[in-house]
Amino acid sequence: MSSADDPSAHSATRRKVEAGLARRRLRERLFKGFGLAATAVGILFLCVFVYTLVAQGASAFRQTELQLDVHFDRDVLAPDGELDLEYADFDAIPRDALRAMFPDVTSRGDRRELNRLISIAAGFQIRDMLVDDPSLLGETRTVRVPAAANVDMLVKGHIDRALDEALRPVSDRQVQWIEALQANGRIEQHFNTALFTNGDSREPELAGIRGALMGSLYMLLVTVVLAFPIGVAAAIYLEEFAPRSRWSDLIEVNINNLAAVPSIVFGLLGLAVFINWMALPRSAPLVGGLVLSLLTLPVIIIASRAAIQSVPPSIREAALGLGASRMQVVFHHVLPLALPGMLTGTIIGMSRALGESAPLLMIGMVAFIVDVPGGFTDPATALPVQIYLWADSPERAFAERTSAAILVLLGFLLVMNLAAVIIRKRMERKW
Amino acid sequence: MTMPGMSEAEVTHAQQAPTDVEPERPSAPPPRRAAPHGERQHVRVSGLSDETVGDIHCDNPFMVARNVNVHYGENHAIQDVSLDIGKEQVIALIGPSGCGKSTFLRCLNRMNDSIESARVTGSISLDGQDIYSRDLDPVALRARVGMVFQKPNPFPKSIYDNVAYGPRIHGLAADRAELDDIVHTSLERAGLLQEVKDRLDEPGTGLSGGQQQRLCIARTIAVNPEVILMDEPCSALDPIATARIEDLMDELSRDYAIVIVTHSMQQAARVSRRVAYFHLGRLVEVDDTDRIFTNPQHKLTEDYITGRIG
Repeated sequence: MSSADDPSAHSATRRKVEAGLARRRLRERLFKGFGLAATAVGILFLCVFVYTLVAQGASAFRQTELQLDVHFDRDVLAPDGELDLEYADFDAIPRDALRAMFPDVTSRGDRRELNRLISIAAGFQIRDMLVDDPSLLGETRTVRVPAAANVDMLVKGHIDRALDEALRPVSDRQVQWIEALQANGRIEQHFNTALFTNGDSREPELAGIRGALMGSLYMLLVTVVLAFPIGVAAAIYLEEFAPRSRWSDLIEVNINNLAAVPSIVFGLLGLAVFINWMALPRSAPLVGGLVLSLLTLPVIIIASRAAIQSVPPSIREAALGLGASRMQVVFHHVLPLALPGMLTGTIIGMSRALGESAPLLMIGMVAFIVDVPGGFTDPATALPVQIYLWADSPERAFAERTSAAILVLLGFLLVMNLAAVIIRKRMERKW
Repeated sequence: MTMPGMSEAEVTHAQQAPTDVEPERPSAPPPRRAAPHGERQHVRVSGLSDETVGDIHCDNPFMVARNVNVHYGENHAIQDVSLDIGKEQVIALIGPSGCGKSTFLRCLNRMNDSIESARVTGSISLDGQDIYSRDLDPVALRARVGMVFQKPNPFPKSIYDNVAYGPRIHGLAADRAELDDIVHTSLERAGLLQEVKDRLDEPGTGLSGGQQQRLCIARTIAVNPEVILMDEPCSALDPIATARIEDLMDELSRDYAIVIVTHSMQQAARVSRRVAYFHLGRLVEVDDTDRIFTNPQHKLTEDYITGRIG
């Protein structure tokens, strides 16, 4: 009391406060600076990451094509008068068209080298055209066929022309031909639709991510259909109905631990239980989805429990006080308020599942699969596994496809998260 | 695993308690009124020094609590409380913080059930029926004993849905028109209809604090309960909103038994007919409001209402 009444005590207090003020401000500025620096470093790394991906992967979205005047030669395709779709030499048609442009190429070796400019996809393309329109037989058309991967790389500048011939996959003669074709306007770049419509292939210009994309999609469908309802139901039971006991504590500790178990362990479990014991097919999105469900369940349960806990108890009491049963309290009040949080947890879990590759290696989804899967039990790979497979391939053209696949994976993630944000915004309610 | 044993104990209590009290009641009230205080109002509860002073009985008892004990784990929150709650009157429970008045209130509609460590023994009956008996569903009980909470807690739904929620879950309305009718009547009785009748589809959480609390009262009376429990219903409200709620209580007390927990002695004096003073888990004194505030019998009661405790 006495010190508060004493004016000199007041001024002493003020002096002390002011003396400390500079230090407090300094600390505040330091902390702000530290936070800003941390954010800046994060953004910088993100930019570097995205920039390298785009720089390396952007060219994969374009494919070099050769414009050829193709003659659907009756003598080549149907020497017996009848077109045999199984055995006809479709590959010869674009080759002949290319050779016609270089009449001076005569020796067998040179012709072979010239033929290598064309992708093997060209023959299939000719066949498909004839199947679509049999009247083309005997006609001549200007057709764009995909160039071989090495031509593609050279045109895109990924192969150094100044390098010694022995050190690059394209010979000097081939470079001359390509330059001649470019001068004639016979080489063009177009949007690479094959990347999105094809499955995997040994030929880079034929390889696409559709198989992996569909595999991932099927897997995530299985995962979300299994993990979301089971996870939410488990969280509701543990939070709202389970009696607190040593058992519930034990379950809680175990769930928290499961969230941190290395994913390859889940893969081994899936191999042992789903494939060896339950005899489900290998490499199937169904098994992948089951394994990823196990992987994401703990994440969903933990997030859902946190969301349920964050519902204010006053809402629960209000409903109970009106005579709502426990189930009515949960389904009428707690669940609608907790759902946005549960969805956030689910999306985090699904994002992790989408990017997971280790458990898929254990259940055979690392296989080289050309066909696009048409169902949950067809053999398939997933996007991250496809990225791993392509990154492992020696051809230069696969390097840019790896980056392109990563970009597609990121796009997939972005769409998923965006959908979650929109759904959450719609459901969010204030209290 | 302790649950079955515990509820058995409750049942035996429940069977014994009424026989202890009931026979003497019909003849008891008149002489009690006449007799001097010191002799008649001591109802021995535990048989020792902790006796409730005043008169725990009332003329027209609707809820009867006898020897109620509440434990929260090791903590003995309520000790041997016996109290009658009359029809068509307001009884106020007062006392310093932590004295057990809210705990006792929450026993009356079994809201303590949701607290896992809470253990309630003794007997509480509603209109002669033991509310802790095993064949009574707390859901049915809470439809008869409504509750208004300290903090206004409307659901994050529209005003209409807030009031309609109780009737909906209990199936009180046969069709939409009847439900509309219940909602309108309830809002009207809660004195809120004029203010919100044009915006029934707006969220109840958008109302002011006082309006929200009246919405909660409307929500409670929409179920048409017999008893309304109010746990410090005005503590989060300004004086004007408080006055409105108090007027409302006065009006509602004609149809309902109202039990209100309050920290404001002025409020207790204004709205209640009887007052029960709790101290450290014991019911120290119960009497008519006038007598408690003008002539408290117990030293603790006197200390509290004169501002020396709490």
